[in-house]
Amino acid sequence: MIRLENVSKEFKTKGGKVDAVHNVSFEIRDGEIFGIIGFSGAGKSTLVRCLNLLERPTEGHVWFGDLDLTQASEKELRKARKSIGMIFQQFNLLAQRNVIDNVCYPLEISGVSKKEAREKARELLKIVDLADKEKSYPAQLSGGQKQRVAIARALATDPKVLLCDEATSALDPLTTRNTLNLLKEINEKMGVTVVIITHEMRVVEQICDRVAIMSSGVVEEIGEVKEIFRNPKSETGRKLVTPEEEDGGVPVPTKDYIRIVFDGQSSYEPVLAQLILQTGLELNILGASTADINGSAFGQLLIETPEKIEDLKKIREFLSAKGVFAEEVKTLQEGGLNE
Amino acid sequence: MSSILSYLGLDPRLGEVIIAGIGETFYMVVISTVAAYIIGIPVGVILYITGKGGIRENGIINGILSFIVNVLRAVPFLILVVTVLPITRAIVHTTIGCNATIVPLVIAAAPFVGRMVESSLKEVDEGVIEAAKAMGSSNWQIISKVLIPEARPSLLVGFTIAFATILGYSAMAGIMGAGGLGAIAINYGYYRFQPDVMWVAVVLLVIFVIVFQEGGLRLVNKIDRRIKK
Repeated sequence: MIRLENVSKEFKTKGGKVDAVHNVSFEIRDGEIFGIIGFSGAGKSTLVRCLNLLERPTEGHVWFGDLDLTQASEKELRKARKSIGMIFQQFNLLAQRNVIDNVCYPLEISGVSKKEAREKARELLKIVDLADKEKSYPAQLSGGQKQRVAIARALATDPKVLLCDEATSALDPLTTRNTLNLLKEINEKMGVTVVIITHEMRVVEQICDRVAIMSSGVVEEIGEVKEIFRNPKSETGRKLVTPEEEDGGVPVPTKDYIRIVFDGQSSYEPVLAQLILQTGLELNILGASTADINGSAFGQLLIETPEKIEDLKKIREFLSAKGVFAEEVKTLQEGGLNE
Repeated sequence: MSSILSYLGLDPRLGEVIIAGIGETFYMVVISTVAAYIIGIPVGVILYITGKGGIRENGIINGILSFIVNVLRAVPFLILVVTVLPITRAIVHTTIGCNATIVPLVIAAAPFVGRMVESSLKEVDEGVIEAAKAMGSSNWQIISKVLIPEARPSLLVGFTIAFATILGYSAMAGIMGAGGLGAIAINYGYYRFQPDVMWVAVVLLVIFVIVFQEGGLRLVNKIDRRIKK
């Protein structure tokens, strides 16, 4: 659907060149929900703007189907953009137009007759459950409602892809959940490929099929969300999946720890109780959390790595016998890496 | 009018003069404002879109236009009236009267309007312009369907300010042989030592400005959809 080929974006600032995106290549498949996650400043917003050429990459190619957007004429580019919907963190609705006229805008600029545009807009407002608000102005709506109007507007031209740039970051947790469900529904029922930019792992866990993890303008790893949750290969990936304080976890441990991941099946077994009973060790739990990844329950448990190597061996044996996935994580301590 | 004048102890025949003055003032101000906007809107739009980060960034065009606007804005109005006398003569074949005043009024007001339009457009949220681009809008569609409609309340505020400023300029031009209330105030109050006539003209000018500004601001509040109602 969309393929990036060695895309880089440099910004020239007074302080010199800034490498916002560096040599990024990946493909977004037809019909999937693809996440791009990273902490702020990772370059993900710039990257998503390279997908529809709102930012022109300094190097590389962006393929939308058979069309190389970086080589396309202005006219071809405008036409392609009508097949790539986009929603934003700040909604970006036209403040002086009411809800239905906002949804009509993309149709209006495509030369669709007013009557036809209105019909289509009403249909879309029904889908986003705002049929009764068509005469309201954006200032009269809540954040979640504004984002639903923006979604309806982005869908007006029947796009193949919907880009969501931190679309839920200005919304409260409940509204976030509802908005994500709506995006999932649109993906399933209308077959629209969805690209989600976010800094929250929860968002990725809830609806994404695959995810790319970004840090300092580089994609560090890319893969199935379940796979990355189980076994993150990059530093950023691990930081993102480790439970945070606000999620009921503890601050990222400062000691070495073992991260045990339970998938849908093992989460129903009392693994921890068995581990303690069988090994007879007094384990120190550092943190725990659960995640609902695309409908299946996942859990993770952080326990402190025992100091004695024979104790550690016991734990390893038990976990591998149980078939539970675990990884040993060493943390940076005073005096450098503890390795 | 004449009964008000006799109540004020003035010659009722002055009524005709004052009514004619009101008519002349409006004639000059309305035509100048319309002409200033016909020139000023494109100037403002070009200044905005060619400016830094604009949808058609162009440092050369922006620099040249900006320079012309700044020069015209820097020349004091009365001096401008004198410097453009040859242009005025070439266009209206005279240098006195209302029509002759319209020429310097437009030359002085158009750059002013251009800057006002530019600053109104700058108030439009950049995110909205980005969204319009992402939806595949052409530059012309962004200008006509996004920038100007979204800036409408601010443009209207600018319009009331421009109108009051042009009204003020037109009165100033009274000293250079223009018509209207300004000329009446100067001719009677300064040359004929009839300050009472001058005060009538001044009060009328003040009333016009206040009524126009208040009415304009009320209209702005009514049409601005950013305000929750």
